[in-house]
Amino acid sequence: MSAFFYLAIGVIALIIPVFLFRAVYGPSLFDRLIGLNGIAVKTIILLVLIGAYNHQIDMFIDISIGYGLLNLVGSIAVGKYLEKRALKP
Amino acid sequence: MTVIGFLIILVGLFFMAISAVGAIRLPDFYTRCHAISIVDTLGSLLILGGLICCYGFSFTTAKLLFILVFIYIANPTITHILIRAALKSGHQPWTQEKVPHDRND
Repeated sequence: MSAFFYLAIGVIALIIPVFLFRAVYGPSLFDRLIGLNGIAVKTIILLVLIGAYNHQIDMFIDISIGYGLLNLVGSIAVGKYLEKRALKP
Repeated sequence: MTVIGFLIILVGLFFMAISAVGAIRLPDFYTRCHAISIVDTLGSLLILGGLICCYGFSFTTAKLLFILVFIYIANPTITHILIRAALKSGHQPWTQEKVPHDRND
């Protein structure tokens, strides 16, 4: 059971640098933002999988809930700011 | 039950790999949003559902179910707000006739 979670952690850790590439070299600002959103979702899944690998899933679930809430608030704040800025002349 | 959970987690990892391919290969912001948001949400839901199948019913599983419902609501919301902001600030979509100049504002 632990070896399977190790494989899953490896696959997610290989996927995250792809989104990091999109967040760093993205041509526009919105590409960087959507890359950061992808990294945040992968990090939530990675935290839960690390907790399952360590047999300590109770602690890591709370950390991932906090990370998800912070991601939601931050992304909505930046998106609404860009939208309001576009409405002004 | 554990084997079913492992199979569901494998399908979720497959969908996450598809979303990574779409994030690199697609030509535009809007199409990349399609790949990153939708396929990514499906992969996350499958991985968390597989973990719920592995662990059985307990208080920990209830918290996992909360994360599942939270991602299911929050991730499309974030993508919708970003796409609306991009449309209102005049980000040009990619078509076959014209390739818009990528601006770095």
